[in-house]
Amino acid sequence: MITKKIYLYFPKSETEKPIVYQLVKDYDLIVNIFRAKVTPEEEGYLSLEVTGSQANIDRAFSFLSTFDVDIHAGNKGMIWDAGRCAQCGACVVHCPTGALSIVDQSTRTVAFNEDNCIECLACVAACPFGACSSAF
Amino acid sequence: MTKTYAEINEKIASGKAVVLTAEEVIDYVDKRGLEAAAKEVDVVTTATFGPMCSSGCFLNFGHSKPKMRISEAWINDVMAYCGVAAVDVYIGATQLRHSDPANMYHPGEFRYGGGHVIEDLVAGKKLQLFGLSYGTDDYPRREIRTLFDINDLNQAIMVNPRNCYQNYNVAVNVSDKRIYTYLGILRAKMRNMTYCSAGQLAPLLNDPFYETIGVGTAIWLAGARGIVYAQGTQHCSLVERGDNGVPVEGAGTLALTANMKEMRPEFVRGTSFKGYGVSLALGVGIPIPILNPEILRRTTVRDRDITACVIDYSTDYPEKTGKVLARFTYEQLRSGEVELLGKKVPVTSLSSYNKALKICNLLKSEIEDGRFLLSEPSQRLPLNQGMKSLNITGPAR
Repeated sequence: MITKKIYLYFPKSETEKPIVYQLVKDYDLIVNIFRAKVTPEEEGYLSLEVTGSQANIDRAFSFLSTFDVDIHAGNKGMIWDAGRCAQCGACVVHCPTGALSIVDQSTRTVAFNEDNCIECLACVAACPFGACSSAF
Repeated sequence: MTKTYAEINEKIASGKAVVLTAEEVIDYVDKRGLEAAAKEVDVVTTATFGPMCSSGCFLNFGHSKPKMRISEAWINDVMAYCGVAAVDVYIGATQLRHSDPANMYHPGEFRYGGGHVIEDLVAGKKLQLFGLSYGTDDYPRREIRTLFDINDLNQAIMVNPRNCYQNYNVAVNVSDKRIYTYLGILRAKMRNMTYCSAGQLAPLLNDPFYETIGVGTAIWLAGARGIVYAQGTQHCSLVERGDNGVPVEGAGTLALTANMKEMRPEFVRGTSFKGYGVSLALGVGIPIPILNPEILRRTTVRDRDITACVIDYSTDYPEKTGKVLARFTYEQLRSGEVELLGKKVPVTSLSSYNKALKICNLLKSEIEDGRFLLSEPSQRLPLNQGMKSLNITGPAR
């Protein structure tokens, strides 16, 4: 069993299709949805974690590609821009899972551990330097 | 044992100066002893990198054809002050973008403003100037819209009326509602606490009585060579100090200036404080010449020797009650958690110790390489100066 983080973009033509239902039923995937959004233009965004066998995940990705859906692999729903981070650490207390933390006490270096991020976006509001942003 | 500025500069110029950062000097003096270390060490570098609202810059655009006496101007839709001269403007760090809804839908996001214009200028980006005028015989043009970058300007001079706050408040929120401040988001019921100081690296904490940092001191401002041009606004040296002379509250400030064309974008950063507004974070490095053992001893100040006051920003700060909830050292604050009124409270900083340390080391290598000479202040900063309040007078309405 492996776990993959992905986020999906659904154009208006695809937003009403029960794609996630099929991921669970036909490909035996465990789905953990972090964030979902339908814009006023009826485009959809869905950020989720899928767990299953490599074969089933590969088949599920082929299935997804039969729709007009963009698949972004990796935890891209929340973007941490290392270059914009000023290493102040203001975000650390607002991050509920410790995905953003001070990893070196002597130099007060801040780092982002994607695996722990649940995309609550608390850091986006807390960062004065604009280092944290949402992909959608 | 004493040294002069001239002697230290001679050593710097010949590449023989011994330079330590404000962090390195602590252990060095511990090992070598004060007297021996004072003979050996020539310069200690101090630094800070944090948001400081009182910033801005003067820009000179050069003259268009036909000429224009700009009376109102916006750069990337951020208003610049034009009451200076025909094509001179001043843009302040906290100016909001035209049509920013501010806190109309609280808390506002304040994504772009004066601080970001300054960041974009230093980063060499193209910006839009829009200017209006009423037109005169000698300056007939009445409107201008053009793109420019910093290289198109005759001068771009940063002028910070206040920077390098000697020490600063620690903010907490005792109310039952989340608040949004210039010290960040403060969760209800003391669920977090924020501070903003480089602590043991901060320039004025290493020179608490302004013995070497004064008007005319050469500084490193975001990579450019600048100077302290005056006491900073709200400079208030007459405050409570610890046994080591280090203030336990705001105290001294510096007014700084330097050429923006020589600055490095990494150290000039616009900031957005949700629910509060925009500001600018700047990197400042200040060398302290080790003229005598006493000056050296003061640079060995550690986070555990520096105390700051916790203020409730939900009531005591806005209502100016002067109440202090508690005091902690920077060592305690940096540990990430303190106990306040019987409750464990997580603590974070808005000032970047990481960047300040980087600046200390950059300035150190410039001095070691003979590229940065020190300058003797022409004027001391006032030591016995208080701060006035604004009393509201006139007829009651």
